[in-house]
Amino acid sequence: MPAPGPPIGMLAELTHRCPLQCPYCSNPVELMKANREIDTDGWISVFDQAADLGVLQVHLSGGEPTLRRDLDDIISCLSARAVYTNLITAGVNLSEKRIAALVNAGLDHVQLSIQGATADVTELIGKYKNGFASKLETARLVREAGLPLTLNAPIHRHNIHQMRQFVDLALELDADRLEIANVQYYGWAYLNRSTLMPDLADVKEQVEIVETARAELKGILNIDFVTPDYYADYPKPCMGGWAQDAFVIIPDGTVLPCHAAQTISSLEFDNVTDRPLADIWENSSALEAYRGFEWMAEPCRSCPRKELDHGGCRCQAFAVTGDAAQTDPACILSPHHGELRQIAEAAVAQEPGEFNYRRIS
Amino acid sequence: MRERTLITPQSVPSLPSHIRLQFDDLRQKWVVLAPERVLWPDDVSVDILKKCDGAGSTDEIIERLAKDYNADRNVIETDVIEFLQDWSDKRLLEVHS
Repeated sequence: MPAPGPPIGMLAELTHRCPLQCPYCSNPVELMKANREIDTDGWISVFDQAADLGVLQVHLSGGEPTLRRDLDDIISCLSARAVYTNLITAGVNLSEKRIAALVNAGLDHVQLSIQGATADVTELIGKYKNGFASKLETARLVREAGLPLTLNAPIHRHNIHQMRQFVDLALELDADRLEIANVQYYGWAYLNRSTLMPDLADVKEQVEIVETARAELKGILNIDFVTPDYYADYPKPCMGGWAQDAFVIIPDGTVLPCHAAQTISSLEFDNVTDRPLADIWENSSALEAYRGFEWMAEPCRSCPRKELDHGGCRCQAFAVTGDAAQTDPACILSPHHGELRQIAEAAVAQEPGEFNYRRIS
Repeated sequence: MRERTLITPQSVPSLPSHIRLQFDDLRQKWVVLAPERVLWPDDVSVDILKKCDGAGSTDEIIERLAKDYNADRNVIETDVIEFLQDWSDKRLLEVHS
């Protein structure tokens, strides 16, 4: 197999600690405690190696990345290497002073998560008292500090009726972008799938509202739309292809091709505290596993869409079929495609149960 | 509320401070870094973007491009305005009129 090209993007999950308890958290179900996190020098070394390797954009995420007291040092290091920094935050613990320090360190952009377009839904999902008011205040401070703002709204049956309100809120908060991201079902979201799944009629209405808003707000607000897999005809080009131009590092320094890859139990991952990042990027068995097209079986192998979607999401293939090398069942050409729709329909036929909230045990 | 910007010959475009046009030494290519996006503009696009300095109007940018490329300005005008409109719609350019 030819050596991969240089990576462009990197998602750094600096910590799994978080004040919120969202039941669809993209962190693994087995969360790491603080004592497993690599230290400041460890992260700085990783970011230096990443910049050497060709990374141009780093997404600083978590858990809640601002719980790391060394965040300013990390941003300064990236900024000195001309790497674009994006802070992905829940925005419930940021003072004006802290935001000023992040700006001084060279932060380029803030993505603020928003669990609902109203206080009640935001608190139901995040389980954080007065979370909504804190988030609005953070948005205001971010804009006042001159930083561009993206609002990220993960969507499920408890907030799918708030589409237009999310759009209005993004405009009111002077956001540059709004991400309407239907929840993807692995990890915590998989555990809570039957409670989170929206129904088809609501999904159709959602698509219409988003498309209308997009047309109406052309040049005014960028709206990114992550469509719901369980009602899709074709899969998404997950990560732009496995280990093609981006990777993820989790709090202890383990390198993944995507944030959910640890759900695929057959893979073994490498850690930056054991091997140089460049060596991992080129040779890690987990990154090599589904890189390119060699691993594909039919119907993907001979499919003209394979260059577009890379066979979709390996984690979803594993979650639904038990084999990560299968076609993503979101694809109509997958023999398992019908199961996704059945799972969704069975889920929405029930009254939603209690959430299994994200907690470090 | 904000309104969509329509590019006219009088518009003065520039890259906002959070949109960065920089040369990538490793790949030997110009790159634009934007919120959650990385773009690889072609040579002509780079030439246009470099002229979006917040000083020259669209009209002047077209004039300078026509000179650089030894082209008829009437031929390139539509393309340049279309390009600037597209980038403005993607919120990658800001415009003062």
